[in-house]
Amino acid sequence: MGFKVLGKRLLMACVVIFCVSVLTFLATRILPTDPAALYAGPRASTAKIEEARLRLGLDKPLVLQYAQFAGKALTGDFGVSYRTRQPISKDIKKFLPATLELVFIAMLMAVVVGIPLGVLAASKPKGCLDQISRLGAIGMASFPVFWIAMIFQLVFFSWLNWLPLSGQFSRETMLFNPITVVTGFNSIDAILSGNWAALSDVARHLVLPALTLSLYPIALAMRMTRSAMGEVMQEHYITTATAMGLSRREILFRFALKNALPQTITVLGLTFAFSLTGAVLVEVIFAWPGIGSYVTAAILAVDFPVIMAVTLVGTVIYVLVNLLVDLAQASLDPRVALS
Amino acid sequence: MIILCTLAAIVFAPWLTSYAEQGLGAPGPDRLLAPSAEHVMGTDQLGRDMWARVLFGGRVSVSVALLVVLLAIGIGVPLGIVAGYFGGWVDQIIMRATDVFLAFPPLLLAIFMAALLGNGFGNLVLAIGLGWWPWYTRIARAQVVSLRQRPFVEAAQFMGVGHTRIMARHLAPFVVSPVMVQGTLDLGATILTAAALSFLGLGLAPPTPDWGQIIAEGRAHFPARWWYVTFPGLAIFLVALAFNLLGDSLRDAQKTEGHS
Repeated sequence: MGFKVLGKRLLMACVVIFCVSVLTFLATRILPTDPAALYAGPRASTAKIEEARLRLGLDKPLVLQYAQFAGKALTGDFGVSYRTRQPISKDIKKFLPATLELVFIAMLMAVVVGIPLGVLAASKPKGCLDQISRLGAIGMASFPVFWIAMIFQLVFFSWLNWLPLSGQFSRETMLFNPITVVTGFNSIDAILSGNWAALSDVARHLVLPALTLSLYPIALAMRMTRSAMGEVMQEHYITTATAMGLSRREILFRFALKNALPQTITVLGLTFAFSLTGAVLVEVIFAWPGIGSYVTAAILAVDFPVIMAVTLVGTVIYVLVNLLVDLAQASLDPRVALS
Repeated sequence: MIILCTLAAIVFAPWLTSYAEQGLGAPGPDRLLAPSAEHVMGTDQLGRDMWARVLFGGRVSVSVALLVVLLAIGIGVPLGIVAGYFGGWVDQIIMRATDVFLAFPPLLLAIFMAALLGNGFGNLVLAIGLGWWPWYTRIARAQVVSLRQRPFVEAAQFMGVGHTRIMARHLAPFVVSPVMVQGTLDLGATILTAAALSFLGLGLAPPTPDWGQIIAEGRAHFPARWWYVTFPGLAIFLVALAFNLLGDSLRDAQKTEGHS
């Protein structure tokens, strides 16, 4: 793949991100909610609202307003949250690691558990595992994430009392083994600082949210791998390999999976999208201090700059991940032409 | 089967419970009762019968989902047909627009729009539908592009049939079946999205019941009053599952049809 194509793809991603930013910006200006009134607060006088309008630059023409907004956003300045009165970029930096921790685990589970199960399901089409995987995938796609999260809490906390209800760590850890912040990722920080007591506590708190969030990605990865493998398994070279007496396992994992992999990689993009949005709901239920909890609090407080900033940041991350997935797919599969 | 039962249950809701007015929001005498013979799903913090709440909540949730899909089809399919039929710069503009809308992570756009529009039935439908139409545009366009060069379209053009008429009478019928399959599959997903939004407080204003919102209210009494969140969630799951299963089998049926 040439640099020219790569550059073209990057340019397209930039155009999409630009359009997305225009769209989100216009939406906040066209819709009948007055940003100035929101900024001034619910009981502000008309004079105060006008003052806020001047302060926010809302009296200037739209194009100028957008230019100002975009220019600041490019330098990572999304303004100040109405609710916390903190710079939004600072808030996002604080909350993003907790969300990414969950998202990465969900994606890892999809790859480590979902893909091998998909391969096994493909080894016997219409077999027992294949049917289970099909029903399982449809079932997982039908659960409301926030509800299954609460059912898990009910079973593992209330009834069995195996796992903690919510939060990232217990009060004891906070008091006696506080985690030194290095990267902002609790589990990694605990390992880096050799804080084993805290690590086990953090891990226990991670189980339920991570499990909830990875159910659907696992099912999805399994189905996608299964269907990609199904096509590859029809190929002549698989028949040849079988006739040559290669073991089933070798055929499945060495020959078939290799060629099914480019398609399977698209799973990563999809699971990422799902985990990102699923994380919003999961975080609310498990009182997980991530972006999801942050944006939910912002919704309840009608804190538009935050909602807008999170939408933008989430979309940019999503576009970049999709771009990476496309590029990875193209470099793995010479048949996919990037154009 | 589940779908028929659900739809019947929702339509005939007033006759299936003796607490119809509680289902719509009127408070009752016995608060937070566990499930019993009198209240099969228990009662909530205002003494309302949960079974009645779930039935009437289903009316809202299922109609939101149906309207979202209809709205998405209504916006998406005409655009897709136009893009596929005319090609060129019209096609470019429409398809780049779908790219932009699909660039948003799915739930995030709905949250954003719903937060801007505020609570309410129509706003909820609009917020979800606005992020959903590009899928139908893609489906319709793909179908039309494969048909555009066919003799019957060219014949109609030579005979002087107008563009609008060709698109509406000659091309649209071919789009119906793939769109129907996708629509059924999407009903499950839209029910989940609508439930998620109203769970986050972006749905309908109380006391109108809505599954996601009932669960959100139930969180205050969780995990002690387990029935409060369990039954509405189960309802969402069953209905979404039913639509997903139906959509899946429709898709399989269409696939085999295509191969033969």
